[in-house]
Amino acid sequence: LVRVTRAIEFSTSLRYALPGLSEAENRARFGERSRQHGHNYRLEVTVRGPLDPMTGMVVDLKDIEAVLDREVMARFDHRDLNADTAYFEKAPPTPENFARVIREILVDALPAGVALDRIRLQSDADTWVDVIEPAGTP
Amino acid sequence: VIELTRRYRFPAAHVLAHPRLSDAENRRIYGKCAHPAGHGHDYGVEVTVRGEVDPETGSLIPHAVLDDLVATRVVARFGHRLLNADPLFAEDVPTAENIARAIYRELEAPVAAAGSASLARVRVTETRKNSFVYGETS
Repeated sequence: LVRVTRAIEFSTSLRYALPGLSEAENRARFGERSRQHGHNYRLEVTVRGPLDPMTGMVVDLKDIEAVLDREVMARFDHRDLNADTAYFEKAPPTPENFARVIREILVDALPAGVALDRIRLQSDADTWVDVIEPAGTP
Repeated sequence: VIELTRRYRFPAAHVLAHPRLSDAENRRIYGKCAHPAGHGHDYGVEVTVRGEVDPETGSLIPHAVLDDLVATRVVARFGHRLLNADPLFAEDVPTAENIARAIYRELEAPVAAAGSASLARVRVTETRKNSFVYGETS
């Protein structure tokens, strides 16, 4: 079993605010993060799988890149997490929640022959969240 | 498993010398790091918590709470100080290994008391060429 990591970077605006709450309630609950702001996110996606003895690869990185382009970049890059996606109507786009959304999107979207091992979502140079899959097959 | 890591920094001085050993012994064990006038580093501290995401806040631990804990118990305590003068290092030489363990022990209980997450590990980076981890691996 070999692990392979590919990283992408994207820029996104967001605010911690729930549509069901008033501005004052959002402000009271989430503070300055309730104002619209943005981050340069870095996403590291680690997949695991058996090494193909012929190619010497676990997976063609172009295939991983295609999944990340379609599933992550197209959805989130230069978008607004609140206005342009439906993921944060009940929960604020904290790094923890955003990482879990990306994990749910990617876990079933990967090319055949590899499984998700972990993702790391970095929301600034000093903050990151890891979502780690249990050990197992493949 | 989901983990959040935040990185903090503090500059501090230390002397690698055990108070009960002779200068010659300390020089033999620690080399130039035993220079009695001390030397210093810009320490980096990566604090990792893991556990359940609180549905109310969307966080493993409110980031402001973690920031405050580290600011008071680590950065204010160790920043711009001679580490050997701290009671935590009265018996333990302030190697980065011991610093990582001391920070872990300082943060373990208050992190657990702050919510649904527990402290997983503390990584101390002493220079850009070395780092030390105390706690569970992911």
